[in-house]
Amino acid sequence: MSSVLYDTPGPRAKQRNILYTVAFVVLLGLLLWWVYQQMDDAGQMAWAKWKPFTLSTTWTTYLLPGLGETLKAAALAMVISLPLGALFGIARLSDHRWVRVPAGVIVEFFRSIPVLLMMVFANQVYVQSTDLSSETRPLYAVVTGLVLYNASVLAEIVRAGILSLPKGQSEASHAIGLRKSQTMTSILLPQAVTVMLPAIVSQLVVIVKDTALGGAMLNFTDLLNARKTEAAFYANVIPSFVVVGLIYILLNLALTTFAGWLERRLRRSKRGTGTVLSAEDVEDLNSTDTGAVVGAGAGAGGPADDVGKR
Amino acid sequence: MEAREIVFDFLEGYDVLAAFWVTVKLTLFSAIGSLVWGTLLAGMRVSPVPLMRGFGTFYVNTVRNIPLTVIIVFSSLGLADVFGMTLGASDDFDALSFRLSILGLSAYTAAFVCEALRSGINTVPMGQAEAARALGLSFTQVLRMIVLPQAFRAVIVPLANVLIALTKNTTVAAAIGVGEAALLMKEMIENEAATVLIAFIFALGFVVLTLPMGLILGWLGKRLAVKR
Amino acid sequence: MNFRKITAASAAVLALAVTATACGSDDKDSGSSGGGDKVKVGIKFDQPGLGLKKPDGSYAGFDVDVAKYVAKELGYDEKNIEFKETPSADRENALQRGDVDYIVASYSITDERKAKVDFAGPYLLAHQDLLIRADDNIAKGADLNGKKLCSVTGSTSAQNVKKSIAPKAQLRKYGTYSECLDGLTSGAVDAVTTDDSILAGYASQDQYKGKVKLAGLKLSNENYGIGVKKGDTKMTDKINKALEKMASDGAWEKAVKDNFGPANYKNEPAPKIGNIVK
Repeated sequence: MSSVLYDTPGPRAKQRNILYTVAFVVLLGLLLWWVYQQMDDAGQMAWAKWKPFTLSTTWTTYLLPGLGETLKAAALAMVISLPLGALFGIARLSDHRWVRVPAGVIVEFFRSIPVLLMMVFANQVYVQSTDLSSETRPLYAVVTGLVLYNASVLAEIVRAGILSLPKGQSEASHAIGLRKSQTMTSILLPQAVTVMLPAIVSQLVVIVKDTALGGAMLNFTDLLNARKTEAAFYANVIPSFVVVGLIYILLNLALTTFAGWLERRLRRSKRGTGTVLSAEDVEDLNSTDTGAVVGAGAGAGGPADDVGKR
Repeated sequence: MEAREIVFDFLEGYDVLAAFWVTVKLTLFSAIGSLVWGTLLAGMRVSPVPLMRGFGTFYVNTVRNIPLTVIIVFSSLGLADVFGMTLGASDDFDALSFRLSILGLSAYTAAFVCEALRSGINTVPMGQAEAARALGLSFTQVLRMIVLPQAFRAVIVPLANVLIALTKNTTVAAAIGVGEAALLMKEMIENEAATVLIAFIFALGFVVLTLPMGLILGWLGKRLAVKR
Repeated sequence: MNFRKITAASAAVLALAVTATACGSDDKDSGSSGGGDKVKVGIKFDQPGLGLKKPDGSYAGFDVDVAKYVAKELGYDEKNIEFKETPSADRENALQRGDVDYIVASYSITDERKAKVDFAGPYLLAHQDLLIRADDNIAKGADLNGKKLCSVTGSTSAQNVKKSIAPKAQLRKYGTYSECLDGLTSGAVDAVTTDDSILAGYASQDQYKGKVKLAGLKLSNENYGIGVKKGDTKMTDKINKALEKMASDGAWEKAVKDNFGPANYKNEPAPKIGNIVK
């Protein structure tokens, strides 16, 4: 194999690579062994600390209800922020300055603020001026914070999705006499939805990860918080962190894999325009740089990551 | 003058600027840490050794899928207590939390830095390197004169985005009690009546921090971009 | 663009929306279905010995026993008690808006809190104390100078120590006491400080039995009361009567033994109602 950085290895390079591999294995092995030793010395490898996770009650009483809350918050946040995001995304593309500019300011403002700040703020507003019970308030606060932030990110995804469509689409629709709103609702938006799907699924990963903030800071009874109650009973703080971390990884890996599958499928599909917003575009949108939608218009060309694909 | 005193009297007793200074320091140190570790990871991910590539991919996929909150809290508990990592601050727990959160932030952000660098390298078309080799340039010459100058320019905007995300992510350090902006805001908002005003001041603080980063680095990235 | 695909996509989004809202409305139902013949009691879910959620979903601890006894005296069957988690920061709020009928959650009676809620009791006189490793010795508060002291974020116990007892102690703050205990057994901290009742609960856990012990210092007085909505004197009186009965019929003594027994915890006798030890 070959890449932009190196040629297909010859016999000497192959030998050198084997040497590197051995050295790397030894280093990695030493590190893992050290980690294991330290954990063992601290008594963290004791079976009593890990056994609780083999019992079904640990899952049904503590972890699964927590995971349920995490998923509920993430799903609610996504469902509420999608239409809001679409609204603001389309508003930013408006021909009217008085619509475009305020929408842009709002979107950029909320994208540049940490989501934790919004959650804390929402929580306090709900304490002071609503009648939410102290049980459901954290959920509302977490969802509110997530919606404020993610609606603005989704607005950018929607905008990028619409912009990524070939110009001919809107030109053709104007030519057959459709009005601007008709062009948007019956030509551009339906196609943009397909383009955006992988990006939206990837944003769900960001949302799932951010729900943990509510668990740590606002007493939201999510997976991270459920771990606390579990660890109070079984006194297994470190193992519980490892297990909860694994659950997050598996959950998000499933979402990422799904997004990747969706992206590949849509790219292959001959019926669409071939444009797709990928997971990598979403990462860029989670920071504030204006208009930096790298690769959104990549067209039918494959994703950039073809190291060694040749 | 008088009116201002009345409006802003909730600021009394709180050092907002100091809290934001902690945020800036967290950002700066974590940026350096993640750049170093992220570059190493990117090196592994594009290296000719399959095992290193595998490790790089594994690290990135694992770390990107864990909530930062879990990583930060785990650095505080796991690293300090189980692995006895005191980072030269065994007697000063405030400094310890600060340093541990930098470690956690760096470990997390490095995965994104790695991806940004890798995608930067991938923007350089194969033909460039092939042409260079055909000219008879050596490996280091290819890298130094052809690949890296192009990759570096392509990487500015993605790295700027990572830096902005990092600035916002420093708030998660509040979860282990590092006295940065979000923690102070939580304290103030719970004790003072001017909820909206306090929140707005802190929000503005972050806008002031992140907006110039995006504008300056975005402008630089566009200016230096390789036109293809 | 194919019509079928759009329908499929929008159906997926719709399905997601429906499930999500279904979850949401479920939540509302369980929230409003309280009241009537049920009694809602606020406790802690993560404090061994006081209020702890067990793997089978039931609750155990001294606070829970007191809460159950009081509920029985108020005329509620045990299965009609609805336990709710009330984190420290949320206690006044939960009472004020009526989310819970009363709170039994290591709730110290202070003047500041009395301005917002009413208290029945006290039902336990606890003291701020230290939990140390079994082979360690700390005879007086000043011995803490230069030692590493663990507490949780938002707790005032640690500040008290730092301010008036051992100014040179190092403070480490964690999210929960379980994490402090891990640090204590691994040597990352030298002592954990909070109320002796809370510490005794941890010391009684199987995992820590024999590894840690209470130092037995009485660094402060904490009068645990049962929090009631401000102005609900009827409820306060009823709970006070129940507490008096609990102390006199031996149930109080039994609850202390059951929950703190293994920790070698020297409890104060049942406090007299209304007698707050400063």
